[in-house]
Amino acid sequence: MADKHIDEISGVETTGHEWDGIRELNNPMPRWWVWTFYATIVWALGYTILYPAWPMVSDATRGALGYSSRADLAADVESARIATGGIVEKISSASLDEILADQQLSQFATAGGAAAFRVNCTPCHGTGASGGQGYPNLNDDEWLWGGDVNAIYQSIAHGIRDSVDPETRVSEMPAFADMLKPEEVRQVSSYVVSLTGTPRDPSLVDAGKQLFADNCISCHGEKAEGNRDMGAPNLGDAIWLKVRDEAEIAKQIQSPRHGVMPAWATRLGDATVKQLAVYVHSLGGGE
Amino acid sequence: MNLYTSPALGSNDQTVERIDAQPVHPPGAPRQPLYEKRKKIFPKKAEGRFRRFKWIVMLITLGIYYLTPWVRWDRGPFAPDQAVLIDLANRRFYFFFIEIWPQEFFFVAGLLVMAGFGLFLLTSAVGRAWCGYACPQTVWVDLFLAVEGFIEGDRNARMKLDAAPWSFDKLWKRVAKHTTWIAIAVATGGAWIFYFADAPSLAFEFVTGQAAAIAYSTVAILTATTYVLGGLMREQVCIYMCPWPRIQGAMLDESSLVVTYNDWRGEPRSRHAKKAAAAGQAVGDCVDCNACVAVCPMGIDIRDGQQLACITCALCIDACDSVMDKIGKPRGLIAYATLEEYESNMTLATNGGTTSIDPSRVRNADGTFIDNIRHFNWRVIFRPRTLLYFGVWSAVGLGLVFALLSRDRLEVNVLHDRNPQFVLESDGSIRNGYTIRLLNMIPEPRTIMVSMEGLPEATMKITGITDVPGRLFAVQVEPDKTLALKVFVTLPKEAISAQTNDFRFIAEDRSSHEQDSYAAVFNTPGAKK
Repeated sequence: MADKHIDEISGVETTGHEWDGIRELNNPMPRWWVWTFYATIVWALGYTILYPAWPMVSDATRGALGYSSRADLAADVESARIATGGIVEKISSASLDEILADQQLSQFATAGGAAAFRVNCTPCHGTGASGGQGYPNLNDDEWLWGGDVNAIYQSIAHGIRDSVDPETRVSEMPAFADMLKPEEVRQVSSYVVSLTGTPRDPSLVDAGKQLFADNCISCHGEKAEGNRDMGAPNLGDAIWLKVRDEAEIAKQIQSPRHGVMPAWATRLGDATVKQLAVYVHSLGGGE
Repeated sequence: MNLYTSPALGSNDQTVERIDAQPVHPPGAPRQPLYEKRKKIFPKKAEGRFRRFKWIVMLITLGIYYLTPWVRWDRGPFAPDQAVLIDLANRRFYFFFIEIWPQEFFFVAGLLVMAGFGLFLLTSAVGRAWCGYACPQTVWVDLFLAVEGFIEGDRNARMKLDAAPWSFDKLWKRVAKHTTWIAIAVATGGAWIFYFADAPSLAFEFVTGQAAAIAYSTVAILTATTYVLGGLMREQVCIYMCPWPRIQGAMLDESSLVVTYNDWRGEPRSRHAKKAAAAGQAVGDCVDCNACVAVCPMGIDIRDGQQLACITCALCIDACDSVMDKIGKPRGLIAYATLEEYESNMTLATNGGTTSIDPSRVRNADGTFIDNIRHFNWRVIFRPRTLLYFGVWSAVGLGLVFALLSRDRLEVNVLHDRNPQFVLESDGSIRNGYTIRLLNMIPEPRTIMVSMEGLPEATMKITGITDVPGRLFAVQVEPDKTLALKVFVTLPKEAISAQTNDFRFIAEDRSSHEQDSYAAVFNTPGAKK
């Protein structure tokens, strides 16, 4: 800035820049501003000493206070655990019926179970626990293995047809393709469909009824009401785990597919499984 | 109304002390560096009606501020007994017989709107009366100046003390002054926290070191701001920090009352009035004694005209009136006046602006004012502008009163489950889930009847209340609490007809006949198989 320019009116030196005849006065900074600016520099230097800051070759300076956001998180998690006031421990030691009877425990378990459900169960059962084809809807009152809170707990803890857990729930419907002729399979599936009030060819239904009595009632029951000990579904109600379609039913009779749910007790721990059981029980179908 | 009267008109035998005072903030002063050292102001103690009025306002405002948290108000066993309490932890605000829940915060917003329009109304009618009398900055500065005057003496003594080298006398006075200021500041910060918790128990906890850290830090911060703003910065806050002096320019008009130096009767000012009069020169009422400058807490000279730094505390009126009394002139050389009347009188005194001010144009031969002089007329307060402000102010106020009287103390909110929207049960019936929240907004336990209206075939179950389906259930709700209920509504297979079905949830307190309802919808699969 070679030429010094003084503003005529105020007598103050300008910055030397000009925009369409407008010049900026080069007034000194207010003193408080300058001191604040210096203070921020001092603050910044102190900050880089106290906190992790300067990048080194393979790491960064750790800071004199030894702060780390991981330790912060761990402390937060610990304080959240303490804030629950030992209620998780109470849930661990209480029986499921005791939990349901205690309003505070059941509220906590329902909320905790809902959180655990979203993380672990939604891939199969859906975010609303309404399931899908082959994955049971947990809201309704149809239960394959029982709908009271202890049965639900058993199912979650040890799974269904889990490959490792010795206490897992196991059952297997035989493949009737080897035992029944295709015509007979059609008769049985017609009968099964007719159970839900859908009219079908009476000759097929009558023949199917006989075949059902010979082959199926040992598991599904005389009235096709199912058997929870074997996870055999009720075939007479409005709810179908898979598709309510005659051809699909015939396929299931010939070569059944079986759902598998892993055992969760070893993965999530007993307290979480208890909370999950309480949550699923609270969805509306619990017995 | 004639403001220009005095007890003994014409007796000018008393002498007036002449004070050596200069305005610290004159308009049009030569440029100063932005960081120039502040010039100290040593306001002289004023006496008179406005000073008395300011003492009364200070007593009332400080009294309200310090004592309100200690007022008790019985609300029964389920609510605090503090008359004014902002219970942040429980999200309740108590004001005597009114209790406000967070969703009723619009009452506070309405009060703020009223405060805003009230300020507009006040300013357009009587100028910056808020600044001059009721603003906390003004009140606390006034209090701190009173302390300063009590310990260090009046203006001259304080100036002498300030200029004097450090001595034991100066030291103890300074220590005593700042200690008293800090004590007042601690009391100020301390009073604030009592609005947010039970005052007696918080006071005990605070003194015994058991109060929450936030209580101590709040008191510390407010102590610091009170001491710094009220004791150290004083007029600088009004001149440099506060936005209101800038905004008020839009609020004032030619009919607003402002503290005015009536130069149409004061000029030409003269320190030797008798000599000048004898020499046949025109002489105004102003004897240039600077009493108005000496008492000004803002360090201005009101004779320079209306200015941003003037907070209209009217102490210069008191100072000037007592001088006018002494020299036997009518009061009101400095007075509350509107710009309109000032300009009318100015036109008289200057013959329409053609000459310099000539006091003889506004006076009769015996020294009294001519009849054409305009005085303040109360009627100018009632003009469209102020009436409009008052109209808005009272409309908001009436709206709030109506909202307060007609508000519900029992509410029901419903959240319909959206995932799943409906559940098919094994018997073919359809079930919908709802979360009902009952709000019992009075500090007494209540039995609320929850029922359904519409969907005659449907039944409901409430988790934790009953497993037996029905359409009417009694629910206990704790005092001043909400209760969330998980409700399942089931519609039998035969009744399923349309895609959606409308019905209402009703919550009713049968003892008080209070009732609230919520329009809900029942989802069905409709045409879906």
